[in-house]
Amino acid sequence: MASVRVQKSDFDPGAEAEALARGRTDVGALVTFVGYCRDEGGRLAALELEHYPGMAEEEITRAAREAEARWPLLGATVIHRYGRIAPGERIVLVAVAASHRGAAFAAAEMLMDYLKTRAPFWKRALRLGGGLEGWVEAKEQDDRSAARWSPAD
Amino acid sequence: MKALYFAWVRERVGRAEEELDPPPTVVTVGDLAAWLSGRGEGYALAFDKPAAVRAALDRVHARADARIAGVKEVAFFPPMTGG
Repeated sequence: MASVRVQKSDFDPGAEAEALARGRTDVGALVTFVGYCRDEGGRLAALELEHYPGMAEEEITRAAREAEARWPLLGATVIHRYGRIAPGERIVLVAVAASHRGAAFAAAEMLMDYLKTRAPFWKRALRLGGGLEGWVEAKEQDDRSAARWSPAD
Repeated sequence: MKALYFAWVRERVGRAEEELDPPPTVVTVGDLAAWLSGRGEGYALAFDKPAAVRAALDRVHARADARIAGVKEVAFFPPMTGG
């Protein structure tokens, strides 16, 4: 049911979210999260996002199935970009439709936590003034956030 | 089996993919990482800290004790930083 896309190009968050509710009368809640590239106080020129083609889509789809098994969702769209992304540009979209807001908020948060820790993407920071600054390190806080949703793991 | 490397594992190993034919004594993901680290300086650097490298078998996350028998595609990469 969930729509999962991994793509180089930008997306239209409004259009993607609206598509989940258009023509339906059972949707009572639509939560949209959009992640942007920050400039880190003017120090970052761009991010280079590397991904594992095939596994990236499959892993996000597995996360979406978990969310669907957990909450009564009426639709979900996840888009993750790869390639060079400049500050101010969009990186990721999670949009979730449900009858009630509780399920939509929770599912969107779970999907973002899983994207951060389980989807095979790696960010490399390019600093202003030239030189590559290097690979962004994973944050322990992201692991703790994701662990909230899977007490067995 | 086909091996894929991503991010700094790819950079240290010096290639994005290759065909591997490990000996029968290599049974698990951890064995494979240890075997690879003996293949040269770049590999040794990539697998220097085993806990810092994650793996996937046929595009599914796998732990170090997962068995590699019958697997077509193995991937090694750092902890993920998407989202």
